[in-house]
Amino acid sequence: MDNIISLKNIDKIYGETVKTQVLFDVSLDFEKESFNSIIGQSGSGKSTLLNIVGTLDKPSGGDVVINGISINDMNKKQLANLRGKTLGFIFQFHYLLPEFTAIENVLMPIRVNKQKVTKEVLDRANELMDFVGLKDVKNNLANNMSGGQQQRVAIARALMNNPEIILADEPTGNLDSDTTETVYELLREINKTYKTTFIVITHDRRIAEKADRIIEIKDGKINLDIKK
Amino acid sequence: MMFPIKVAYRFLRSSLGQTILIVLGISVGVSVQVFIGSLIGGLQQSLVDTTIGNSSQITVQSESYISDYDSIRDTVLDIDGIDVASYALDANGTVIVNSETSPIFLRGLELDYAEDIYEIKDRIIDGKMPSNNEVIIGKDLYEQLDLNIGDTITLSIPLTGDTDVVVSGVYDFNVSQLNTLWVISNLETAQAVLNTGDVVSKVEMQINDVFAASDPAKKVTTQVSTDYEVTNWIDQNQELLTGLQAQGSSSLMIQVFVTISVVLGITSVLAITVIQKSKQIGILKAMGVTDGTASLIFLVQGVILGILGAIGGVLLGLLLTFMFSTFALDPDGNPVVPLLIDNQFIALSGLVAILSASVASIIPAIRSSKLSVIEVIKNG
Repeated sequence: MDNIISLKNIDKIYGETVKTQVLFDVSLDFEKESFNSIIGQSGSGKSTLLNIVGTLDKPSGGDVVINGISINDMNKKQLANLRGKTLGFIFQFHYLLPEFTAIENVLMPIRVNKQKVTKEVLDRANELMDFVGLKDVKNNLANNMSGGQQQRVAIARALMNNPEIILADEPTGNLDSDTTETVYELLREINKTYKTTFIVITHDRRIAEKADRIIEIKDGKINLDIKK
Repeated sequence: MMFPIKVAYRFLRSSLGQTILIVLGISVGVSVQVFIGSLIGGLQQSLVDTTIGNSSQITVQSESYISDYDSIRDTVLDIDGIDVASYALDANGTVIVNSETSPIFLRGLELDYAEDIYEIKDRIIDGKMPSNNEVIIGKDLYEQLDLNIGDTITLSIPLTGDTDVVVSGVYDFNVSQLNTLWVISNLETAQAVLNTGDVVSKVEMQINDVFAASDPAKKVTTQVSTDYEVTNWIDQNQELLTGLQAQGSSSLMIQVFVTISVVLGITSVLAITVIQKSKQIGILKAMGVTDGTASLIFLVQGVILGILGAIGGVLLGLLLTFMFSTFALDPDGNPVVPLLIDNQFIALSGLVAILSASVASIIPAIRSSKLSVIEVIKNG
């Protein structure tokens, strides 16, 4: 299978006066439609790596190639466009917009991309809400839902634009173990149904072992890379 | 464009209490502007009206009489800024009625032209305008001498002698001095009483901008014979002018400072909102919202607050103005200060509010644009 993301010799250094290097010469390729997990201790650099893949953060050295295009060649607007159309994010803290209802949050990527909310779009949003099992609470304001429900809304939102890649940073970090299980099954199902590439950060080895590939980051370097 | 408006609206609605407070703040500012503006405007207008509105603002006069008055009138009417010109033959004298006497100031006016300055027709409270050998007299003199319309009175002018004229009407200029002193006739009657022939003693003018009397007055000076003296109301009422100007600039200062405080208020509240909403801005940017759109959300909030504040402020200001003119009355039941409702000024106050709210949202908008997604995500 082709590579959808290639990281080439990524370095990341924080700080101007006191410099702290977080990533050291990391090179990684991710195949299309694969389900990858990244594990590692706190401060190992895994979140930084994911943020760099997601173009939210810039590497200090090296290059990220997404769908054959180097992000070094893109300006801020093009990066925003890439985030809006190709990438979907799921964070540990769901980050729903509390001013909007669940279904409006799911539709948000459409509005961000200045697309019209047509009947087809609305149908898809409803289908996704159904898919994540939240049909009944779709008109609730984000704050009037449980943590697990909010996280599932965030997942539906990440899927709304049919992104090729979903980046998830501890998506179940603040959920109980039963809900964690449900959410992971959901992600795998999405991976199978929509052929979406997943890169998921987790600290839970049990969860990581369900992925097609496990990458362990230690002290800013790749310590382990197991493909099943 | 719809997207930032929608998000801005939701942001404002989600912190409704905060939004109401800031709109109230802008409204109070605008209402103060509208009220102070109407009050000072009204005060100025009424001062100008009562002091110089019905009098000559530029006057050409001579120690002797003026015989080329018609050509002077034509000349000055060609000067920019001079709207109205008339002429008059004036003299001091005494009125005698049944051995009772009272000092008077006889004013022989070209009544058609003088109407534009003195609005005599509107001021007649009894009787009619004078024709030949008739005069109208002021309310106070009329009562003092216990006269009736149609009575004959004797005008005694020093060096000229006595002439009998008929009282055709009574006027009220609302100024007791004029109401006691002025006896108004047409020009021909005054010329006959004074036995002068076809002359006048002064040419009187009104200008469209009363505060700019000096320029037209200078032009008049250059265009009429040097035998004549040209005076304008500003030279004669310097203190009044200074007072009016001070009033105008103090009102402007109040308005400027009110605007500044409105701007500072909005800026600080919106700046706090950016921090409150940084999570939301961060996630929107992660979803592909550009920095430009992120800043637009706050600019739109500023504009919405400005529009709501302007509407509220104008309504509140008009209410204040209405209450002031209804409840602050003098013993006669007239408003203490007649207020001037100037639609243009009110529209301008509203516009200033919207503009300043928009300007005030620039700094928060820039902050929102600079907000880094990674900072927001890192700090949870």
